[in-house]
Amino acid sequence: MLPIPSAALSERIQPNATPPELIRNFCIIAHIDHGKSTLADRMLQLTGVVQPRDARAQYLDRMDIERERGITIKSQAVRMPWQRGEEPYALNMIDTPGHVDFTYEVSRSLAACEGAILLVDAAQGIEAQTLANLYLAMEHDLEIIPVLNKIDLPAAQPEKYAAELAGLVGGEPEDVLRVSGKTGDGVTELLDLIVDRVPAPVGDPDAPARAMIFDSVYDTYRGVVTYVRAVDGDLNPRERIEMMSTKATHELLEIGVISPEPIKTKGLGVGEVGYLITGVKDVRQSKVGDTVTSAQHPAAEPLGGYDDPKPMVFSGLYPIDGSDYPTLRDALDKLKLNDAALNYEPETSVALGFGFRVGFLGLLHLEIVRERLEREFDLDLISTAPNVVYDVTMEDGTTVKVTNPSEFPAGRIKEVREPIVKATVLAPSEFVGAVMGLCTDRRGQMEGMDYLSEDRVELRWTLPLAEIVFDFFDALKSRTRGYASLDYEPSGDQAADLVKVDILLQGDQVDAFSAIVHKDAAYEYGVKMTAKLKEIIPRQQFEVPIQAAVGARIIARETVRAIRKDVLAKCYGGDISRKRKLLEKQKEGKKRMKNIGSVEVPKEAFISALSSDGSGGKETKDKKK
Amino acid sequence: MPALPDGEPVPADGSLPDLVTRSADDATGVPSSRSRFGVYVHVPFCSVRCGYCDFNTYTAAELGGGASQHQYATTALGEVDLASRVLADAGLGHRPVRTVFFGGGTPTMLPAADLVRILDGIRSAWGLAPDAEVTTEANPDSVTPESLATLAAAGFTRVSFGMQSAVPHVLATLERTHDPARLPDVVRWAREAGLAVSVDLIYGTPGESLDDWRTSVEAALSTGVDHVSAYALVVEPGTKMAAQVRRGELTLPDDDDQAAKYELADDLLTAAGLSWYEVSNWSRGPEQACRHNLAYWRGDDWWGIGPGAHSYVGAPDGDATDDGAGVRWWNVKHPRRYAALLADGRSPGAGREVLSRGEAHLERVMLGVRLAEGLDLDVLDPPGRRAVAGMVARELLDGAAAVRGRAVLTRRGRLLADTVVRELTA
Repeated sequence: MLPIPSAALSERIQPNATPPELIRNFCIIAHIDHGKSTLADRMLQLTGVVQPRDARAQYLDRMDIERERGITIKSQAVRMPWQRGEEPYALNMIDTPGHVDFTYEVSRSLAACEGAILLVDAAQGIEAQTLANLYLAMEHDLEIIPVLNKIDLPAAQPEKYAAELAGLVGGEPEDVLRVSGKTGDGVTELLDLIVDRVPAPVGDPDAPARAMIFDSVYDTYRGVVTYVRAVDGDLNPRERIEMMSTKATHELLEIGVISPEPIKTKGLGVGEVGYLITGVKDVRQSKVGDTVTSAQHPAAEPLGGYDDPKPMVFSGLYPIDGSDYPTLRDALDKLKLNDAALNYEPETSVALGFGFRVGFLGLLHLEIVRERLEREFDLDLISTAPNVVYDVTMEDGTTVKVTNPSEFPAGRIKEVREPIVKATVLAPSEFVGAVMGLCTDRRGQMEGMDYLSEDRVELRWTLPLAEIVFDFFDALKSRTRGYASLDYEPSGDQAADLVKVDILLQGDQVDAFSAIVHKDAAYEYGVKMTAKLKEIIPRQQFEVPIQAAVGARIIARETVRAIRKDVLAKCYGGDISRKRKLLEKQKEGKKRMKNIGSVEVPKEAFISALSSDGSGGKETKDKKK
Repeated sequence: MPALPDGEPVPADGSLPDLVTRSADDATGVPSSRSRFGVYVHVPFCSVRCGYCDFNTYTAAELGGGASQHQYATTALGEVDLASRVLADAGLGHRPVRTVFFGGGTPTMLPAADLVRILDGIRSAWGLAPDAEVTTEANPDSVTPESLATLAAAGFTRVSFGMQSAVPHVLATLERTHDPARLPDVVRWAREAGLAVSVDLIYGTPGESLDDWRTSVEAALSTGVDHVSAYALVVEPGTKMAAQVRRGELTLPDDDDQAAKYELADDLLTAAGLSWYEVSNWSRGPEQACRHNLAYWRGDDWWGIGPGAHSYVGAPDGDATDDGAGVRWWNVKHPRRYAALLADGRSPGAGREVLSRGEAHLERVMLGVRLAEGLDLDVLDPPGRRAVAGMVARELLDGAAAVRGRAVLTRRGRLLADTVVRELTA
């Protein structure tokens, strides 16, 4: 087997000197843990880009968190040589993020390709997110190559799932390629199929240069590394480039391809995929979706599809130890360099002290950011229950954008609008009733339903995003014994009958517990929250009423009775040291108390009240176990 | 007893740190503030171990060779010898013992003659003050008229009976084996022998109603005792009862129930002519208060003899120096190890702590405020003094006493004494 083209053939596919007809740009669409990274590793080995002894498992996933959670956050592009018949080819494998929160980044990665491998675990079948990305790829007119992976598994059901894939993408079940990334079975055939089926890129080599940014990564040593797909013309080193959305120009310090380490080149020609380094330090100056052109000979029109990332979910992040606030601020500043979607503003909470209101693309994004803050910066954080953005119009016509429930305006409100999403749920048909019940409870509107195969159903619903960020995913999993999968995408907004429920401790509002909920759910939220707080707020010297209120109207009430006794009855010679230490500990504990009015509440109470909510659409390998 | 505190090691010879010692030729001698000295003797034996008990005590079956009951008096006298040497070396050797307290366990598991031997040893080591108080705890079913008479004749002045309750189902839950009907008799025998008598009661046992508790307090009062101690049941980790609670076999009463029972006891005892002199102790008059226990709360020196016993010696000027304010130490818990160390001529001390100025201050407030005599407000630091007015307003401290310059708990304050101490030392 000679997968690597001979020296003579290799000459014809050098970077910046490869005719477009010898280039194939493709990505792999797969659900987490369906084996994308293992298959990618195998391709790198078979094409000789990585020697087996150098192979590091899951070469493409760089960050620890990605490796541990089995998800790919940042995509990269690797150039691989391949020979088919007598012709050499340059295959660019563009890695795509696999999660719902990164739909926009996925769409830019797809826009950089002409073909996509639809990779599905032969033991599990297609999942909702994969299906959503498949539809996205079809919208981009990509050539789809359906592939079943893990055919070596005893639990594999290739016939069943081949029929499912054939039904989705067209064609016959026997056309679905069967591979094993683990053993390498079928991977050579897959590489051949990419050459045969994926169309070559098309562009005008004589037009002004245009390249689309599909990823942008901050590197401590190099500054921002920008990944681009060249469409027209030719980008050359030592040439000034322009970002078309901002008109900002930068020196082009380095240009090259990844194979799998960066290799400097003399440029990138039509259809090629590679990286740029300009010396900028913030990914916001090199935005995904933007068009790069030559500053001297700029293109007239940018490539289509650019959009600014828009935060959909907000949460307050507070250090448990107030003195960590500066560390949190610096940590967010650092993460921001590499995360164009992350935005935050300082915020003060009566209950939690100084922190930040942080906007995220979605719940996984929230989880990842929080985990990185805790892990990489050694912070202990409290995050408030996630919420969405509301547009509130007052009777007098003024409008307010609410990203923090406690800022929901008082007074006469004309209309409240909330974001909605189109959600897709895939579930075995026996759970259709359970899924419909859940979606109905969450104020959903059914849009449609299709059978993917005899026993698998795709349900399409419109749901308020707020209902999904709460605990929808956990509820879905528990009602379907873990078999359902979920995907959603933003779909505008709707007017809704929403109210703010405040929680009052002895008449003082506790901002961290305010929530915006549908009018019909306000009572339930009030009852649940007051009951929970009653359990966790220690008894004080006086009676403490806990109330839930909508405006001035109290909808639920609990009472923490006054403490009547705290003293240990006995204190003789052998008890004194122990008793003194207990008092010292209690006094230390007082320092961790927050005063809400005159009520002392331990910080742990806030944490436990806030942390048991939320946990929405995160989907990681852990969850699937 | 719960696990021993963490501390620094005790020297093998048991010697005290310099901060508490006085040189023998110091003309001033032992200052009056440190002249008071008492001895506690721990007797770590019981016939059965009660389910709620976390004291350092053992049944005969639990102990084996080397630490048996009949050798215990000899072993304990070994520590009396050691204590006598150590205190003499520290310039503290000539203080007559004002109070002796035999606790347990069940001291009366030992023959009266053994208790007398230990008391005689203490007398010959330091001498007993002329009006010395000598108390032993006793189980109602482990005394006879004869044993009580023997104790009285040998110098014992006081007996404290572990009555706990007069209600059979409560005693059964506590796993107390004595017959409640026996109590009036044993109290009468003790009084006939010339001993002052106290009874201990426990409230808040799982299953105990408010009426059960009233029955117990009234039964105690009907014996005519002049002193009652009443303790809320505390289920300590590691006890059999803690396991029963964890398994759901027993349900603990809440703090409100215990508060109600405290208030009921205080009402009944006060109506019967007793008054509180410490949070959990009532007596007919100041003369009937337990002077040994008062010594703990007033910060006097004491030596604890026996396994797991704690001791305390304060700095000579009675107040903190830069080196510390006093030293507290505690003996190894197990009787066999205790006996072995003494047999080897070594201190049975397991660990000690030298109290810092701040720790000593916290203890002084924590202990002093428990007493009806209260705490001198001058002891408090300025923030503590400023907190007094607020606590008077919240009816935790007595207003009239505060005007006289003392922090004295109200009844509400007695139940919330931990809060008061935290605020007085904030």
